[in-house]
Amino acid sequence: MELYGKKINIIANAVFCILALSCLLPLLLLVISSFTSEKILAQNGYSFFPAEFGLDAYQYLWNTRAQLLRAYEMTIVVTVIGTLGSLLVTTLFAYGLSRKTLPGRYILSFMIFFTMLFNGGIIPSYLMWTQVFHVKDTLWALILPNLLMSGFSVIVMRTYFATSIPSEILEAATLDGAGEWRMLIRIVLPLSKPILSTIALLSGLAYWNDWINGLYYLVKRTDLYTIQNFLNRLMSSTDFLMNSATNSAISAGIRVPSIGIRMAIAVIAIIPIMIIYPFLQQGFVKGIVIGSVKG
Amino acid sequence: MANQSQAVKRKSLGKEIRKHLPIYLMIAPGFIYMLINNYFPLPGLMLAFKRFKYSLGIWGSTWNGISNLKFLFRSPDSWIIIRNTLCYNLVFIVLGTVFSIAVAILLNEVRSKRKQQVYQTFILIPYLLSYVIVSYIVYALLGGDNGMINNQILRPLGYAGISWYTQAQYWPFILVIVQLWKSFGYCSIIYFASVIGIDRTFYEAAVVDGASPWQQITHITLPLLKPVIITLTLLSIGRILYSDFGLFYQVPMNSGMLFSATNTIDTFVYRGLLETNDIGRASAAGFIQSVLGFVLVLTSNAVVRKVEKENALF
Repeated sequence: MELYGKKINIIANAVFCILALSCLLPLLLLVISSFTSEKILAQNGYSFFPAEFGLDAYQYLWNTRAQLLRAYEMTIVVTVIGTLGSLLVTTLFAYGLSRKTLPGRYILSFMIFFTMLFNGGIIPSYLMWTQVFHVKDTLWALILPNLLMSGFSVIVMRTYFATSIPSEILEAATLDGAGEWRMLIRIVLPLSKPILSTIALLSGLAYWNDWINGLYYLVKRTDLYTIQNFLNRLMSSTDFLMNSATNSAISAGIRVPSIGIRMAIAVIAIIPIMIIYPFLQQGFVKGIVIGSVKG
Repeated sequence: MANQSQAVKRKSLGKEIRKHLPIYLMIAPGFIYMLINNYFPLPGLMLAFKRFKYSLGIWGSTWNGISNLKFLFRSPDSWIIIRNTLCYNLVFIVLGTVFSIAVAILLNEVRSKRKQQVYQTFILIPYLLSYVIVSYIVYALLGGDNGMINNQILRPLGYAGISWYTQAQYWPFILVIVQLWKSFGYCSIIYFASVIGIDRTFYEAAVVDGASPWQQITHITLPLLKPVIITLTLLSIGRILYSDFGLFYQVPMNSGMLFSATNTIDTFVYRGLLETNDIGRASAAGFIQSVLGFVLVLTSNAVVRKVEKENALF
């Protein structure tokens, strides 16, 4: 029997090495391509073993960095504001719903649950955000539609508050004369760090990676593009790079390393995620597991 | 008497509400956002039965009965987008579930806890990437002139390069692989959490009885995973009319020659709204997606409730 176990352990390890490589190698191709000289890229295409490395793409990006830095700044602004806002709104809502004595909490809970079952789809939503709230070509377009609060995280959080915080503590605090806000800030939040960090992590990732809101709502204000919108636009037209902020470079006679540059920008976009991911990995795993348990 | 007690009740309800005023204040921002983001757009569904004009708005536009739906179903697009959405999702559900469970079970067979964690870290990487980044990776592999597969594999072997982005027949496979690649880590981790929750003594007893590893999987692991499998499959079936916009729009680079294999309800609605200004057909398709999707969630949940009540979602 032990023999079985050992054999399976070896097979399992081998399979996971292959799986891990299959997840990593495509990213590596992105990185290596971005460091390949443009001449070789034009000759041989993207490759794991380029004949010649080069910094053409990064050099060009550095020379025309204004546009890219702007997009990066937007990504950071949107991610920070979005995540904080999302955490605030979600936590307050979920905490309210978790209070068992609150009149009307069943109807409120049902309303938030119902949003997970039924929605009006993108057209009504798009028309409302553009015609009623006029978010088109504003920063709000990247923060408000859909991303700010999901019924799912409210329910997950409500369940956490309701089951993980002993109601005796809350009762004792009430007897001591603590107000609702004080109770939330001093007692509930410190006890809820795992769920708060999980929701913050998922929300932060969603904002960092979002490009769909930009696709829908940013039409003229390309200066509001996040790095993902920038990449998305670049995919459909390398011209975008040439005829926007980089006109000066063209007129100065610099050739755009258009093959390598796509990969270089993609690499720049994922660097922050790849740097912080190993430290937050456990948080992500926990988040996925918590999220999968029914709310 | 009855009046009096009702009055008392009302009075105490009023008192209760006043007592909870700070809580209502806390709920207010999220509640208002929910009303705006999720409930205000709902009347917009009636656009499926209207001839929409931007100048008249949703309420002011004139009704035109079911002509949007008729128009939608007369065009060949309707068949393609419904077929694509349903078939891709079915394949994703079946392959995704089987593959993720296999990975989860195998991960549990890795002895070292440290290694388990390292493997989890790696297989979750694709889940962290946006579809924009994924489409760049796919482009690096499949690009016609610069792609790695054409340049480093096919041409050196003496084949002609394939123009991937113009030939639809390859895309069912490409999209399935990409989707599986991006999501298997996530699903495996969900299943893995359930696998490690299984009581070890079951296996010890099975080993004593001489059960082979395969028998242990089929007689212990899989039956105990059934609730999770049912819940996750139910969730996917409820969303079978929805497709990941990024996968079907971004990864094929919105290439018109691939539409027969890549157009789904979501990309069709997007293009109708923003590219071709065909809001009639797009809102008809969106209406079907919302309403039929809702019916599907309720139905699949009702079916599970009938079969095994404790696995139902609600």
